[in-house]
Amino acid sequence: MLNTASETSSTIRVASRWFGFSRWRGAGTAVVRWLGSVALTLFGLVLVTFAMTRLSPVDPVLQLVGDHASASTYAAARLELGLDRPLAVQFGRYLVRVGHGDLGQASSTGQPVAADIARTFSATLELATVAIVIGAASGLALGIIAAMRSGGIIDAAARIVSLVGYSIPIFWLGLLFLLLFYARLHWAPGPGRLDVLYQYTLRPVTGFALIDTALSGTAGAFRSAVAHLVLPALVLALYALAGITRLSRGAVLEQLGQEYVLTARAKGAGPWRVVFVHVLPNVTGPLLTIVALAYASLLEGAVLTETVFAWPGIGRYLTVALFAGDTAAILGATLTIGSAFILLNSLTDLAVARTGRGRDR
Amino acid sequence: MMATMPTAPSPGLARLMRSPAALFGLGMIGLMIVVAVLAPVLAPFDPNLQDIANRLARPSAQHWLGTDGFGRDQVSRLFYGVRPTLLLVILVAALMAPLGVAVGVVAGYCGGLVERALMRVTDIVMSFPRLLLAFAFVAILGPGLINGGLALALTSWPAYARQARVETVALRDHDYLAAAEMVGIRGWRLIVGHVLPLVLPSTIIRLALDLAGIILAAAGLGFLGLGVRPPTAEWGSMVADGTPVIFDEWWLTAAPGCAIFLASLAFNLLADGLRDVLDPRHD
Amino acid sequence: MTDVLLRVEALTVAAGAATLVGGISFTVGREKLAIVGESGSGKSLTARAIIGLLPPGVRRTGGRIALGDRILTTTGWQGVRGRRIGFVPQDPKYALNPAHRIGRQVEEALVLHSRLSAGERRERALDMLHRVGFPDPQRAYRAYPGEVSGGMGQRAMIAAMVIAGPDLLIADEPTSALDHALRDQILDLLGGLTDDTGMGLVLISHDLRQVARFADRVLVMQRGILVDRLDAGALAQAGHPYTRALWRAHPSAASYGTRLPEAIEETLQP
Repeated sequence: MLNTASETSSTIRVASRWFGFSRWRGAGTAVVRWLGSVALTLFGLVLVTFAMTRLSPVDPVLQLVGDHASASTYAAARLELGLDRPLAVQFGRYLVRVGHGDLGQASSTGQPVAADIARTFSATLELATVAIVIGAASGLALGIIAAMRSGGIIDAAARIVSLVGYSIPIFWLGLLFLLLFYARLHWAPGPGRLDVLYQYTLRPVTGFALIDTALSGTAGAFRSAVAHLVLPALVLALYALAGITRLSRGAVLEQLGQEYVLTARAKGAGPWRVVFVHVLPNVTGPLLTIVALAYASLLEGAVLTETVFAWPGIGRYLTVALFAGDTAAILGATLTIGSAFILLNSLTDLAVARTGRGRDR
Repeated sequence: MMATMPTAPSPGLARLMRSPAALFGLGMIGLMIVVAVLAPVLAPFDPNLQDIANRLARPSAQHWLGTDGFGRDQVSRLFYGVRPTLLLVILVAALMAPLGVAVGVVAGYCGGLVERALMRVTDIVMSFPRLLLAFAFVAILGPGLINGGLALALTSWPAYARQARVETVALRDHDYLAAAEMVGIRGWRLIVGHVLPLVLPSTIIRLALDLAGIILAAAGLGFLGLGVRPPTAEWGSMVADGTPVIFDEWWLTAAPGCAIFLASLAFNLLADGLRDVLDPRHD
Repeated sequence: MTDVLLRVEALTVAAGAATLVGGISFTVGREKLAIVGESGSGKSLTARAIIGLLPPGVRRTGGRIALGDRILTTTGWQGVRGRRIGFVPQDPKYALNPAHRIGRQVEEALVLHSRLSAGERRERALDMLHRVGFPDPQRAYRAYPGEVSGGMGQRAMIAAMVIAGPDLLIADEPTSALDHALRDQILDLLGGLTDDTGMGLVLISHDLRQVARFADRVLVMQRGILVDRLDAGALAQAGHPYTRALWRAHPSAASYGTRLPEAIEETLQP
């Protein structure tokens, strides 16, 4: 929910700096360097979450054995957890555990955290994906038209839309949408992912409600899944649209001032051809980065939206864990969303570097 | 880089005054400061005064925006709610910008291994999901204004470090720095004296832009119950308090959300106006 | 010079209140016409006004431009740009689209203005690339602009602008971004194409020595108006003091973009 605008340009810069092919000739080297930087960043993320557990005022031993345990039980548990070892050893063990996908036991659900996350992550992914498709399509269209008609009415509208999108608290927008479209107008169903009727009868095949309901062959179930998805997806799409509109407008506008655009017009190309045939191939990298960044921030923002819409994803899992003081679940969910966030952005960097290959001067 | 920097601050200020959007933003921020300072005078009631007999009252001449679930006057709580928001903004700004600039200047001045190590750390932190880590940080270390501010500042500094490093490196390669060192002036003082004015304009723009996001993040923390502890009035937690009754007493949710929106909008508008004035290179 | 291809009458170009081209008139036939002048004399704006591509904020404010029997207004360029008028910009490094292969850029005018099939277009493009001097047109066709040199880039640019067989080609300082050794080659190419196809060529230049060797006629612009017009062969013996000053000034890469020395400037008030 923090401003994505300021980040994108620097992400692009990092991408070109780390993967600039003038410096790193050959795709192999670039991929190796990319893997190195991703590994280092993920390592940093694990280190940060580990540091949080160490800084936590909650005593993990007490959490395990309870307040009334004897001193010997306490000591044994402490030894069991390895808390007597040096910090570096503790971190090493933590790293190995996380590396094996062992995120510990969630006290709030009584299940392994990894299993909980596997169950909830698909819901988050489904919502974020639908939202980014809507947000990217409308945001890119608006941004491109705003750049073409720079200074015009559509440009002004685009500016207002992105300003509002940047400034509005997303959880509040979700609440307003529920109030208006669910409670007042009855256009949309309330919170949740499916009607209660289908919720327990649906066989989870892929974990994605849209696909599972379609597979089930029950038209009502599919309609219910779509209807429940509309409001949260629209809220998230609006949020993504703000950044995408503004940044894509800037990227296209910059290109429209380039000399090759003049050449294209001198050949007789119209404004639409100039943008779609000449400009867009030159901004695929930046646009890809912009959309991927918005997608990643939707995953991150799931914590708030899923709470508002009672969407059974990993964000809501995180908030529930948060109220229960379930450290393992909080860290597991944070690590998972964080890794997805980092991987998505890094993959985009790599893809962007690859598209520029061969024609860079 | 240096040639395109703004020349004198006064014509810039005059141009800022001509940007209605920036003026509106500046005015809103000024208004927030006034309300925060004068809250005890402006608020018609004690924001924490519970009146169970008069709970969830509709808006009236006495309670303009009604009362919440504890019978507390909503207008008074809105006024007092400016305080944690502004405090957090100040806290984060005071932490992240100096931290980032310091890292950048040290990296740029020392060069070599120090520079590479520091910038690698900067890149790593820059790739972190900031909002998420802030939530996790506060969830684990305990809710509160300080923890929230600390969490947001600790993940938001890298952009400032990058900028400061670029400017420092540009200066480091200048001949007059070598000349100054030859006559015995410590390079450090020169760097600090010259880099700070150079990074100031871009830092201010970024700060205004970041603070708009910080306000939203802080409201999100409050909404999840990770902000200041109750019963202190805070906009995000007020939205959360109104949520259970949103379908009937919708104004209890609408008003604080609107306040968050306007506060964030004010900083965004100011950032836009500042960018037009201070950074003509931008579109 | 029997048939007039382009007729410009009292053309004015302005940016806001500032008049940049102040009512100039001339005609272009099947010939090589050069427009010369210092930077800021309005010669480039005149060229850009003819093809209707003035920079943002600059507008054509008056005058009449006729291409054959077609009057060119500020709107309605359908079938003119790229088809009847070609335009070669200054620097191929920026004027070629970095994301498109050269073959595609050469073909584009045919895509826009002809009904040729893809195979026919490709054949024409390869032929054109060969004509402008690519020894291996197949390879050039597949190359990205970043993979060829500046001189070859400008050849590709010329190929792209001539392929649709325009009546008129405008070249806006087509050699000033190139090395000295390449300049004559590019001019020879332009001259040869002009002679072969019977099109008219308008060359914008600041280099009078170059123009004297290459062009048929010369128009001299200063501060937005035409101050002199003469045959290129007469440049060395020009009567007009400004033309003489330009001739003596020997522009070089080092002095490109700078104004004439103040002393000369003052004696030359038109």
